[in-house]
Amino acid sequence: MRTTVNLYCDKGVEFVSKILVVTSGKGGVGKTTTSAAISSGLAMAGKKTVVIDFDVGLRNLDLIMGVERRVVYDLVNVIQGDAGLNQALIRHKEVDNLYVLPASQTKDKDALTEEGVGQVLEKLKEEGFDYVVCDSPAGIERGAQLAMYYADEAIVVSNPEISSVRDSDRMLGILASKSRRAKEGETAIKEHLLITRYAADRVGTGEMLSVEDMLEILAVPLLGVIPESNAVLQASNAGRPVILDDKTDAGQAYEDAVARLLGEERPMRFIETEKKSLLGRLFSRS
Amino acid sequence: MGLLDIFRSRSEDTSAKRAKERLQILIAHERAQGQHGAPHYLPEMQQEILEVIRKYVHVEDDAVKFEVEHNEQFELFELNITLPEKGEGSGRQDD
Repeated sequence: MRTTVNLYCDKGVEFVSKILVVTSGKGGVGKTTTSAAISSGLAMAGKKTVVIDFDVGLRNLDLIMGVERRVVYDLVNVIQGDAGLNQALIRHKEVDNLYVLPASQTKDKDALTEEGVGQVLEKLKEEGFDYVVCDSPAGIERGAQLAMYYADEAIVVSNPEISSVRDSDRMLGILASKSRRAKEGETAIKEHLLITRYAADRVGTGEMLSVEDMLEILAVPLLGVIPESNAVLQASNAGRPVILDDKTDAGQAYEDAVARLLGEERPMRFIETEKKSLLGRLFSRS
Repeated sequence: MGLLDIFRSRSEDTSAKRAKERLQILIAHERAQGQHGAPHYLPEMQQEILEVIRKYVHVEDDAVKFEVEHNEQFELFELNITLPEKGEGSGRQDD
């Protein structure tokens, strides 16, 4: 028996929220940097977007987005009914169409519930958001599971490093078995691999796993490759998502990734030390 | 030329190559071990199925392959047995 709820179509439907989770398993690979960049990029492309920090107890997205001084209410306040959704949503000053829903600093791990998160997502849908980006905490515990539970699409962030790749594989397994879509027998979550902290020169000398290696192991379509870049630290220092600086390599790579997410085909950049990227053509998405 | 360089460097015994090999082995193992939601009874069931098969045909451990595949709507348990060539093995059902 199968319920077909085709509320979320793959492409071109503007009026239905698409829920996107940014996840990885391992910590420190760039989930929050990616959530900030991708949500900003979607908003700049004209999509009404909200990015939600699911890292209850260790919120950081507010800092990366540069809105830390404007946090009044948070996700848990909304779930528990202490604040309305619109009181908790922080409108980004620089990027139109972009809102941030911060995580709570509470130590109560049970503050998030499946039902509560579902209700918040439902309200966001009613508010007309095109994209809801869920910034997952590290690990595979409750917070991470709730961040991915309602997702329509998943961006799995991975570094070219063995422990990160292994954790990404585990997270892919969890997406395929424990998400709402898996449990309710709907079409599976659409998965994307985003490789971050890629150093093409070190790949060239055989010190680092290559894009092909990672694709061969994980077998997930490639959304983008973000090069190791000073711009990422500078962006977080300034509280300004790296994608806003379109002169930087990382900013441009994120912009490409957003375009691919929206269905555009773009060759991969920054994956070779020099010359025109041949691999870019090989791995451009069909 | 650029491409050839890549192939050359990657065919040498680099640390990236070792990382890839280790990962491939580990991940294949973890997937087979049910880290991806495969049933916990799988290893025991594999062993028992193998014993049943051996009542009739002699097969080596590596002649039997078990795989669990997850589909959108169902899980597929696949069992592949490579039977020994005629004349090998016990084949006591043959005559």
